[in-house]
Amino acid sequence: MNIIICIKQVPETTEVRINPETNTLIREGVKSIINPFDMYAIEEGVRLKEKLGGKVTVVTMGPPQAENALREAISLGADEAILVCDRAFAGSDTWATSYILSEVIRKIKDFDLIICGKQASDGDTAQVGPGISMHLDIPQVTYVKKIEDIKDKSMRVERMMEEGFEIIELPLPALLTVVKEINEPRLPSLKGMMRAKSAKINLWTQKELDLDPNNVGLNGSPTQVVKIFTPAQRTGGQMLSGEPHEIVEKLVALIKDEVN
Amino acid sequence: MGIQIIIEKCTGCTLCIKACPFNAIRILDKKAVIDLHKCTICGACASACKFKAVFIEKEPVKCQLPDITGYKGVWVFIEQKKGKVQSVSYELLGKAHELAKKLNCQVGAIFIGNNLGDQVDELIIYGADIVYLVEAPEIANFQDEPYTNILINLIQKYKPEILLCGASTIGRSLISRVAVKLKVGLTADCTGLDIDPEKKILLQTRPAFGGNIMATITSPNYRPQMATVRHKVMQPIAPDKHRKGKIIREQFPAKVYVSRAKLLDIVEEVESLVNLTEADIIVSGGRGMGGKENFKILEEFAQALGGAVGSSRAAVDSGWMPYSHQVGQTGRTVAPKIYFACGISGQIQHLVGMQSSKIIIAINKDPEAPIFKVATYGIVGDLFQIVPALTKKFKENLRK
Repeated sequence: MNIIICIKQVPETTEVRINPETNTLIREGVKSIINPFDMYAIEEGVRLKEKLGGKVTVVTMGPPQAENALREAISLGADEAILVCDRAFAGSDTWATSYILSEVIRKIKDFDLIICGKQASDGDTAQVGPGISMHLDIPQVTYVKKIEDIKDKSMRVERMMEEGFEIIELPLPALLTVVKEINEPRLPSLKGMMRAKSAKINLWTQKELDLDPNNVGLNGSPTQVVKIFTPAQRTGGQMLSGEPHEIVEKLVALIKDEVN
Repeated sequence: MGIQIIIEKCTGCTLCIKACPFNAIRILDKKAVIDLHKCTICGACASACKFKAVFIEKEPVKCQLPDITGYKGVWVFIEQKKGKVQSVSYELLGKAHELAKKLNCQVGAIFIGNNLGDQVDELIIYGADIVYLVEAPEIANFQDEPYTNILINLIQKYKPEILLCGASTIGRSLISRVAVKLKVGLTADCTGLDIDPEKKILLQTRPAFGGNIMATITSPNYRPQMATVRHKVMQPIAPDKHRKGKIIREQFPAKVYVSRAKLLDIVEEVESLVNLTEADIIVSGGRGMGGKENFKILEEFAQALGGAVGSSRAAVDSGWMPYSHQVGQTGRTVAPKIYFACGISGQIQHLVGMQSSKIIIAINKDPEAPIFKVATYGIVGDLFQIVPALTKKFKENLRK
């Protein structure tokens, strides 16, 4: 089974702090990590490979330093890595990003399954996964919480819904996006870390891919960011103090209209 | 294509540095310098610069932009489960109603499923002018492929200007495919939607970086302009039983309804029958709950209020609550009228999942807990005393 995992390097949001004077993000010293949801995608891909044989190829589009994310994925068990990086791709929105990644996958050619995290923690759109499957015209299941069964040409999965889950059977090749519940990612092994250090990262640029310039970067992006601003920060409100029964009286008086 | 600082105009004022979400700008010799390896050309610096010193250049577009004349109407994809319209759809009809007024056009509701007839009137009462009804047994339940095909067919036939969709599991899966197929812009999880009064285009405002930054996004050259919106963000209009609307029934050849992925079963989990994202009141517990059995007091409290029980990641990781109850970055995002955070310290990952709630009430022993920074009402105290007392009080109150 040849599996492709699409990942994204994101800022580690635990460290996102707001500068109280300028009310802007403090980004200095913020570490870059693999998007947390992609860790489950990597783990699931590696588990399938361990069970069924084959190969896990991890793909990311991003700046040169996204190479670190790929090396980490290798330390977790991925076999090959492709960094898709070109100034021409900068400014791509979800349409252009899913187009570029789908063309990368077309070029890889030999694959049975694509796995993505359900969304990236910085953009939160959840659009690139389904976008890739549409560009490639393959079936998809989003929000997968369990792979019940997998065969050569088909698989059965559970998709997490608001009220429970759906059981879906689909032919391969296909694309899944996965949620946290699907597995518990392993830590990198020592052997994996050694391999990651020396592994070759394949760099694919516009030169290798030769994509229509009207479909990539700013030109390939139907959406435009016209304004970025910092929202009014939520500030702490009223502290209620006193004996427990007094606090309860106060609170009930304050919110009873909302409750009814 | 690229981004440049126009040296003559740059005063080295550092406004762009503060605006940059990617820490990609520094000052060298009193002029701004952009690190192109970090820059994503998001344009935040250009918006912030008072001296028009940031120049973002697009290559001249060689291909023809699509013809966008003749697109009219604001559409809402109506999400139904087991034939029941989901509340987010009524909320979106409310927003669509407002947008359509500004554009002087009609609101269309796309209603796909089987045997939906009895709910069509409801859609009209809540703001739809035209209901496009597509019914067939094989599309009774949502499936990605046939629903994508149907929406694409309808859009190509009727050319709506705007399409809104709930940012639910179904909505996000479906609408991303539709946007890619049609090559149109799609903005996820909008918290604000408005019409630019001059250009008459849709202004889509959404949070990014866990709500630390807001971005306004447009898609001026492509139609329809598409956006998803989460539960509870928009308001439905007051139902009007006298509203009149039109129903257009559409049918498509069988191949449009074919799905390669087969839906075998829908399993409802009793524990999550109260849909967290739809609940008006959520009572959440964290590490401070101290154990699985203690969540019982939250369940009783939630029951008394008609709400749902949520949980922080800490409580899920400790095995006290199932993952489906987890609120926060790796769980669900909620925005109820009232959110009770009981024994939750308020890590940023939790806050991003609930800080849009209307009222936040925090109960925690630790007066320094970050949760108090976002709480509307804060209580420093023992939740094991306060929560049962609240339950009792509300039970009495509601009986009256």
